[in-house]
This record gives sequence, C-alpha cells and structure tokens, in this order.
Amino acid sequence: MSMVNKTGQVNEEKDFHFHPEGRVETWKVADENGVTLVPTHCPYCGLQCGMNLKVKEGKVLGVEPREDFPFNQGKLCPKGVTAYQQVNHPDRLTHPLIKDKNGQFRQASWEEAYGLIISKIGEIQGQYGKDAFAVYSGSSLTTEKTYLMGKFARVGLGTKHIDYNGRLCMVAAATANNKAFGIDRAANPWSDILSTDCLFITGSNTAECHPIMTSYIWKARDRGCKLIMVDPRTTPMARTADLHLDLRPGTDSALANGILHILIKENMLDREFIANRTIGFEEVAKLVESYTPERVSEITGVNPRKIIAAARMWGQSQKAMLFHARGIEHHTKGVENVLSYINIVLATGQIGAEGKGYATITGQGNGQGGREHGQKADQLPGQRKIDDPAARKYISEVWGIDESEMPQAGTSIVEMFDQIHRGEIRGMLTICNNVMVSLPDLNWVKGALEKLDFMVAIDFFMSESCKFADVVLPGSAWAEDEGTTTTVEGRVVKINQAVNPPGEAKRDWEIICDLARLLGKEKYFPYHTPREIFDELRVASKGGKADYYGITYEKIDQQNGVFWPCPTEDHPGTLRLFEEKFAHPDGKARFFGYEYRPAAEVPDKEYPFYLTTGRTVYHYLSGNQTRRIGFLKEQAPEPWVEIHTQVAERLGIQNGEKVRVYTRRGEVIIPAMVVSTIRPDTLFIPYHWGPPIAANLLTVHAIDPVAKIPEYKACAAMIEKLDGDKARASGKLPEQVENSIRPERSTR
Amino acid sequence: MANLKTFFIDPQRCIGCRSCMAACRECDSHKGMSMIYVDYIDRVTSTITLPSVCMHCVDPVCAEVCPADAIKVGPDGVVHMALTERCIYCRNCVYACPFGIPKFEPEQHLQYKCNMCYDRTAYGKSPMCATVCPSGALTYGDYEEVTAQRGGKPINIFRFGKQEVETRVFLMTPAGSNIDGLEVEGDLDETEEEFNSSPLNFIEEALAARKI
Repeated sequence: MSMVNKTGQVNEEKDFHFHPEGRVETWKVADENGVTLVPTHCPYCGLQCGMNLKVKEGKVLGVEPREDFPFNQGKLCPKGVTAYQQVNHPDRLTHPLIKDKNGQFRQASWEEAYGLIISKIGEIQGQYGKDAFAVYSGSSLTTEKTYLMGKFARVGLGTKHIDYNGRLCMVAAATANNKAFGIDRAANPWSDILSTDCLFITGSNTAECHPIMTSYIWKARDRGCKLIMVDPRTTPMARTADLHLDLRPGTDSALANGILHILIKENMLDREFIANRTIGFEEVAKLVESYTPERVSEITGVNPRKIIAAARMWGQSQKAMLFHARGIEHHTKGVENVLSYINIVLATGQIGAEGKGYATITGQGNGQGGREHGQKADQLPGQRKIDDPAARKYISEVWGIDESEMPQAGTSIVEMFDQIHRGEIRGMLTICNNVMVSLPDLNWVKGALEKLDFMVAIDFFMSESCKFADVVLPGSAWAEDEGTTTTVEGRVVKINQAVNPPGEAKRDWEIICDLARLLGKEKYFPYHTPREIFDELRVASKGGKADYYGITYEKIDQQNGVFWPCPTEDHPGTLRLFEEKFAHPDGKARFFGYEYRPAAEVPDKEYPFYLTTGRTVYHYLSGNQTRRIGFLKEQAPEPWVEIHTQVAERLGIQNGEKVRVYTRRGEVIIPAMVVSTIRPDTLFIPYHWGPPIAANLLTVHAIDPVAKIPEYKACAAMIEKLDGDKARASGKLPEQVENSIRPERSTR
Repeated sequence: MANLKTFFIDPQRCIGCRSCMAACRECDSHKGMSMIYVDYIDRVTSTITLPSVCMHCVDPVCAEVCPADAIKVGPDGVVHMALTERCIYCRNCVYACPFGIPKFEPEQHLQYKCNMCYDRTAYGKSPMCATVCPSGALTYGDYEEVTAQRGGKPINIFRFGKQEVETRVFLMTPAGSNIDGLEVEGDLDETEEEFNSSPLNFIEEALAARKI
C-alpha cells in the first residue's frame, strides 16, 4: 500500500492505507443482483451508437457503455448517456386521449379512440376523397415502422399524401446523391476517416450534432490528417481546424464553385478519373471559370487566401474525404449546394477507395433507413420511384393489391401544409414528429393545424403538436420494441426490446395494424412481430437500390450490423460504394454545376442580419424527448441568440440580457449570448423549443424546388433591446455592421 | 511494475458536450452526483472548454491537510473520497486542493470528489466518463499506449510557485510542445482575483500561443 508515480515506481514515504469499503463491489454485483444488460442502440442521431440498457424486473435502470460495438466503442454523448431516462419518465402517455368540446383531453379506451378515428377518416374521405386524409411520419422510427407507414397510407388509407420528417432533414442530400451517383447512401464506412489525409467538413457542427464522429476526426488528425471546417460560427471543431472558412449563411454553392475554380486553375484534378468514371465535367469547368477567389470572397465573406488554401489543402492530399450536414442542405438551393460540393469530390477522384470518399452526416436516428422504404411522398420500398411502372408493378405484387389501386406521388410536408390551408387536406395522422417545433414559420403551421377537421397523433410524450390533435394515442419508446435502423454509414443495426410499453401504451406498429384492421384492410397487415414486417420489407426491397433482401436479424447480430446493399443471404453486405462503378445504368457519376443564387430572403435595411438556426448537443430534434431529461434540461433549459461582440456593443446588448429577435413572420424574446465566435452579420438560435421561444417562429417556409427542404439556415432578421429603444440607429445599421465587420475579417 | 492506467486530459479535443458529467452521475457509487467539471475558459472569445477530474496527486495535498486522516490513497494511486466515518466536515481539502476539485455537499454533510470510478476499475472496467467521452478529450489508458497514439506530450508536473505537484493524471499538451510541466506561479503573481479562478487558464494561453 504505497504511492505510485507515473512510471509505476512506489513512493514508500507516503502511505494512506486505503481499505475498500463495501460499495466498491457495486459494478460487479450488478449482474448478480438480477440486472441484465440489453445490447441496443441510441434512440437519437444517425450515428446510432451502440449502448447497453441495464434492465431489472421490467424496468430500465440505467446505461452501460457497449464497448464491443465497433462504431462507437462505448462512447456516448450526453443525450446517449441519459437516453434511458425517457423510458420510465413520469410524463409518458399511458392512455388514449380524446379532446372534449372544451378543448381538454380526457382519458379514453382504445375502442372509443379507434372508433372515433375510423369514423372521422370515413367522413373525411367519403366527403372529400381519399387524398383528403394525410399521413405525416418520421425517421426516428425503426425501418420496419417506416415501411409500414408507407404501406398503411397507400393500402390502408388509399391516400397519396404521405411524407416524412426527413423532408426537413437530409432530403436535399438524398436528392443530390441520387442525381450525382444514382444511389443515396454514404459512400464510405466511417472507419475510412482513420486513413484519410484531408477532411473537408461543411455545414456541420460535428461536435454538437454528431459528437462521436469527433473521435474519428481526432484519430485521423493524430496521424497528420488536415481538417477544413466551413461554418459561420467557430464551432468546437472549427476552433481547432487547420482552416476555418467562416462563410456568410446561404453562400455555400459559391464557395464550392470557388474551390473547384482553384482546383482547375492549379491543375489539381484527377483527369483519368474524370474521363473514365464521370460525365459532365467540361460544362461545370466552364461554369466555375468566373468564380475567382475575389468574386467568391465578395459573395461568401471568406478571405480569398483561405479559399485558395482550402483548395490546395484538398487538392494536394493523397486521400481526402468530404462530409456535409444540414448547414448546406437546409436551403432553397440545398440540392445545388450538395451537388456543387460533389463536383469537388469527383473532379479530384476522391471517392470509391479506402480513405477517399464522401457522405452526408445523416441527422435522424434512422434518417437513412427512414428515407429508403416508402414513407417518402414519391417513393416505394428499396429506394424505388413511385412513378416507375416496374416499381409500381413489383410492389403492388408484394403487397397483393391491384396496381391501379397504388396511389401516385404525393406532396412534401411543406406543400401539404399549404394544401391544408387551401382545404384540400382535411385530416391527418402524425407519428414521430412535432410540427409545432420543427416546421418553419410556426404561425403559418399553427394556422393550418387549427384548420384541420381531424387530427390524430401517435406519440409517447405530449408534444406541442399533439396538443392540436383531436385524439392522441400512446405509442412506444424505442426500448419497448425491436426492429432495425440504418446508420449514417448505411449499416443496418438492430434495436432490441428491453421492456414493455407502460400502462395501456402500445407498440406503434400494433396501433397501425389495429387501424388497418378496423379500416377493413386486415389481410394486408397480418403481422404479429416486427420480424414479420422486416421479412416482407426484405422482399419489397429486393432488386431495388437499397436492397435489404440478404439481411436478417441473425446476420445483424453476427456481423455487428450489415451494410446494404445486401442482395442475397450469403452476401456479407457492401462496406464501401463506388469502388468500381457508380449506380447510374452506365456506371458513371454526374457533374452538375449551378450558378450561385441568393437565399429566398436576404438581409435588407429593415432586417439587416442573417438568421441561421441549428442545434445544441443537449437536445434532439424538436426536443420532445430531451427537454424532459433532468441533466439535459439543466444544461440547456431555453434557447438563446448568439450575437457577435462588436454588434452587441453597438446595440448596447449585454451578455445574458433578454432581447427581441424578429423577422417578417414572428418574434421571440430570448437571452443574448454575446460571443466573438460568430460572424458579425449573423445571428444563431438553436431550434429545439416550441412557441413562444421557437426559432421556427422566425424562419421562412421557402423550399428547395426539387427536394422541397425548407430554408432553415438563412433568413433576414433584426435584433433589439427590450426597453423599447429600437436601437436600429435610423436605418444605418447595415452599413455600420458591414463596416465594423470588414476590416477585421479581411485581416484574418 | 507495469504502467498503471490513468486519465489523460486533452483540452484541445474537448467539445464541451458534458457527456462525462452526465456519465459520472450514472456511475453506481456516485449517487447521482457528478464529480467532474467542464468549464468554458472564456466563452466570449472561444468555445474552448476544459474538463477537470481529480488529478490524483502523487502526494495529495488534500490528504495531507486532512486532520482526521479521512482521505486515503489506494495501492494503484487513486485518491479516494473522504471516509464518511472519519470526515469531520472541516473542508480543509476543499480549500487546499490546488486544482479546486473536492467539493463539500452541505445537505449530506459529505465531501465528494472523483475516485476514478474505483468500483469499475477494480473489475477491469474503465471509468464511465472516459469511456463515453466522444472526442477522446478524456482518455483512460497507460502512458505508453497514449503517447504511441497521439502527437501531444503528456505532462504531470504543475508548479504553483515553490510548490511542485506531481499528479497521476496527465494533461496532454499540443503536438510539438516540449514543456516538462506547467508553471502556475505566473498566475499567482498577478492578482488575487485571478488566483481564485482556475489555475489551468494557462492551458488556454499555451494553446492560444500555438494558434489552436
């Protein structure tokens, strides 16, 4: 019993004689106390980190790191550590609720709730047609459930109107990937990051939105990998990056064009790759000719030397990988932004090999699986297009319906809310989403919800949106059901059931099957277990781009997940895409070039700031799960607005002071966080809260013309002190803001 | 004797997510309390954050100043929480620790501090905080293992004026740095106000000087 120093030598002079006292056995006796560890995955982001739930006597007691799952090796972010606390949470919905005439919810039996739902669906569809009843689903559901939602809408309800909340998340990337590569999946497993020489990460606050990915980045940097971060804010990863390109919100495609311009000008291209494996380079090369560093700097606000340095850092690397997230996707030109960055990857041949690659960092837990199997407005299982005659024929056969009964493509969720306003959609079933936090322009959303004749929501906590429903059905939390999700890497993993749903709550797929039965469609929904749904999904996806046919629950367990496509049962899955060819019929990737165009709304004298929204590490999506968890709530109880020190000084705003932020659509009163880690022309608000402090009261409901993703990342806003002094300096602020910005920025 | 496993703190990598704090509360013997702290150094100018665990000093000042001999050190060098039956709540340890780690919990009348998840490490499990840490800012491993993987140099000597403190926990300095220890005396010479703030402000200065 002696002191030990770093080299293991003992200091004999000091002896404090520690004698263990009982409690030290706690960890060991956990198992002996009847605690079992259920291996599963985190319910939150797209990384789907492995974790063990500690379960005893039907209750989830805690979490234990799952160090044997290769992706995260036990690592968890604070959301993951505390995720288990939602299972036994006192706020859980445990009974069906029906809203009475006074607008109050009362407990009801399942029979009564189902009866009301079925009669209302009948009324609405009878009077206004099948398509007047819509389904809005989500990508935090297991893939089994997302498949079921697509089938339920089209076969159970016969409506064309189904969409999913991936529309608010990564649909711009999915659309662009399909255009460029012919398929929508990360090109590489994350382990490829470890052997790359240059990481280009744009529009991603990786540290807060995908914390576990930072361990991959640092392991790469330990062996000399360069890091380029593009973000209007100095995020925790941008702080340490080799290069931080602090661009103006909404100018991403200009920056990408500018980098390609340098790559071409300085001949840092892979001509052989361009010639053999791609189409369309010459047109794009011509397009980016005018994107000189000076012009791009003018548009983006990024110092031209940094643009050149970034292009060289990328262009001179043996192996490079490019990642992006919502920062470039949440735009009315989201698809154009993504394709402009893909051009850089293709022009330098940095794809299709170990350490060379590209991916979007999917946000939602099952963002990947949830956008593959038919809950998208225009999609059938296996990433098939609903307007493809062969796809319609095949899926109709799998489902046992006549092809003529298969609805045509529906509309995106933002368009559906316009249709509600116009009275075309009269009823809606929602599951796994919270429109009153997550859709843009919440006053417009609220107007639509109030207009609906009938709304039914399935959820396991009462959300801001559930409050607008006529019936709320208590669904299941992730630990109460089994099924698969598909991670950011395209790895299909298994969620395992730890406990049963509380009270009268039911598993989501049971509720959907019950409704289908009551709608007289029982024969199409004969499932008793998620495995039966998965087995049908396997067949439905067979031959599609996202081919799951060869994936079984057993194979997932044996291999720690299976990377799709996996076409046959003896196929091990596909770790890396595009090693030999791309997924277009001719095997070649496509360049698509776009001229930069501004955001739908840009600052003017009245609203001189860019407002951009995003996340904090403590909350997941609309916050309906995480805002109830003690630790997370303590860390981030309310949103704030980040404002640059120079501008705050100019406006007389103190750190922590409540301020009014407003746009043409609404206002919020929230505390200011005065920092120099944001562009002076930009304000940032995290979006996880509902009205009256919702960032989305301010955002604009303009959408991308192709992907229909809303522009959450750029709109025009104003900020002022609360004391009534408008502090707007008689309309001179924009110039003064600009003047105070320029000298500083250009010297950096 | 083989190298023992210990913590390596790398503030460069810290992303301020406080996953370690959430995990610390989950550790069975911590009774829902977090014994690790994550602080912004200066949020106005930087997002840099610093996780602080007990440094598990080789000659722990907290134990030396304890009049009741309540703070014990294990054979593996882990400095434990004050023994409940001995602790007289004098808070000498709270005042004496140069790193500001031990806390006194008035409601329970207990001193508490990081015990390196002794209940886990005793059975070959890593401490919860270092297991979950997403970025590797907090790592549990042995000296050879960590230095082989990383560019930075671990240091465990901190000089507070004339007092030199050797710790069992290591602090990673940025790659290319060649310092043997952190001089904290400069801070002591400034003002009393600065002395009261975390002496590890120096890390930020060191990082800033290297443009990190």
